[in-house]
Amino acid sequence: MNIELLNKAAAFIWAESDMLDHTEYDDWLNLWAPDGVYVIPIDPKETDFENTLNYAYDDRHMREKRVARLVGGEAISSAPVARTVRSVSRMRLLADDGDRVTVRCAQDLREFRKDRFRQHTSDVTYELLREGDSFRIQRKIVQLINSTDTLTAVGYIL
Amino acid sequence: MNAPAQPIHFHRPVTELVKDDQVHTSLYNDAAIFDDEMEKIFRNTWVWVAHVSEVPDVGSYKTHWVGKEPVIVVRDRKKQVRVLLNRCRHRAATVCEHKKGKANTFVCPYHGWSYALDGSLRGVPHPESYGDILDKAELPLVNLRVEEYAGMVFATFKDDIEPLADYLGPAKKWMDLFMKQGGGFPIKVGGEHRFRFPGNWKIQLENTTDAYHFPLVHRSFLHSVDKQTEEMLDFVTGKGFVEDLGNGHSVMVMIPELIDLEADLDKPIPTNSEELAQQLRDEGHEEAQVRKIVRAVGGSGFNLNIFPNIACSMAFFRVLQPVSVDETEIHHSVILMDGGPAEGNRARLRMHEHFQGPMGFGTPDDSEAWERVQAGARAGRDLWVLLNRGLPLEKKTEDGVAGDVSAETGMRAAYRQWKKMMTA
Repeated sequence: MNIELLNKAAAFIWAESDMLDHTEYDDWLNLWAPDGVYVIPIDPKETDFENTLNYAYDDRHMREKRVARLVGGEAISSAPVARTVRSVSRMRLLADDGDRVTVRCAQDLREFRKDRFRQHTSDVTYELLREGDSFRIQRKIVQLINSTDTLTAVGYIL
Repeated sequence: MNAPAQPIHFHRPVTELVKDDQVHTSLYNDAAIFDDEMEKIFRNTWVWVAHVSEVPDVGSYKTHWVGKEPVIVVRDRKKQVRVLLNRCRHRAATVCEHKKGKANTFVCPYHGWSYALDGSLRGVPHPESYGDILDKAELPLVNLRVEEYAGMVFATFKDDIEPLADYLGPAKKWMDLFMKQGGGFPIKVGGEHRFRFPGNWKIQLENTTDAYHFPLVHRSFLHSVDKQTEEMLDFVTGKGFVEDLGNGHSVMVMIPELIDLEADLDKPIPTNSEELAQQLRDEGHEEAQVRKIVRAVGGSGFNLNIFPNIACSMAFFRVLQPVSVDETEIHHSVILMDGGPAEGNRARLRMHEHFQGPMGFGTPDDSEAWERVQAGARAGRDLWVLLNRGLPLEKKTEDGVAGDVSAETGMRAAYRQWKKMMTA
């Protein structure tokens, strides 16, 4: 097992998680490859996300709009914004073709907003493009374990 | 934590809780009224259960509810759509637990009783012990009465109520118009967002015919779309209208130019649709078809609210599922062109994700507003909810009465039907 690569990927993913929990969205937007896609699928077996319905299928423009919505103060579901703390662990390198590294991990996210404490547990798959000593996110696929259930508003970035 | 909700119940007759221009707050938070609604409304009228595209083949099924009772909607061997109570006739276990799929039979997991797609009881394991006291012909899965219009499947427990077509009345022509958004192709449900909020189901029923909230609640959404779309959705002071169609149904026309998607096909293509139009041309589609698809891709310019649980809303179906007096589930089904070009369907999928669902830019803000209604409705001992907006400008029409686009005419229509059914 390539422990050095796993450590590098882990450091990158933890930094991304920390940015999202601390609403450092501009830095988060800069982690992405220009044609990167952020996906929250519904069907756990689906692989053709582009041609099916997801909870989110964000290209660069939609990611920027999502961030603008979260910080803009106009969306009543995001004012006040939810506080989140996510633990990311159980990382495994699934593939490495030289340019692109695929990592799957577990994400356990706790959310508090107004008077409600909630939990969202997901499998998260990152497709990371090597860039210098670090990475850019090509795809981030967040598979909520209860994605087929009836959900409530998620007013932040998973 | 907030204090628990105290039901406001003055033990008044229901008929005194609904006036022409206001309803009593207890309609949102009295659990006894909710139980009555499940009996007197949802067990007494046509309730939407599926679009035909959700059960395309023999054996295709989906599970759903009529009121709070679980049902299976399935296409049987004769290609007829059946709506079966999801309950084994032996000891009541559900015989199907999947949201959708394909089956040859429904087999109860408890003792193995098996049912054909039309509900008839086929197999009873180890029947010896019954001797001759079990007549299988008497124990099918209970079939509801089923009728369809414009591909919409409705079911009812009642054998003696009017046919579906009569119940829908003038809503039918709006359903026909709505289905034109296939752009020349049959429409197909392509999945849905399921969403829950802590509030009464009628709060959402009202919202589908509430243009008044749009510029305020959806300001963040409006600021995330292109200028042309933003202007199109600036309809509160526009020429739209809300029309009471009878039997609790109503239509809210926000964008009158988009009532008939097959009209005005020779008008210039809006600049925000030009990219899609070019993609379709590049794929070899004829100009006439390109125009039809491009005009249809954003959906219809109106919301048709069909009492009690379904709306044909711009580019999607809104399904209401009451859970309890202060809990409601909503499904927003995306509508695709069955066999239509992938670019067009992708545009529809992305548009749906943009507004709908738990991570959309629209639904979470709606949900926050509805939740606040339920929370605020705990306050006050004997207060009423106002429904009088637009009354002075209401005019008689061929099908009923109509008010301006942000009139509460559609809510008044729904509550009139509510009162009629609850006091019948």
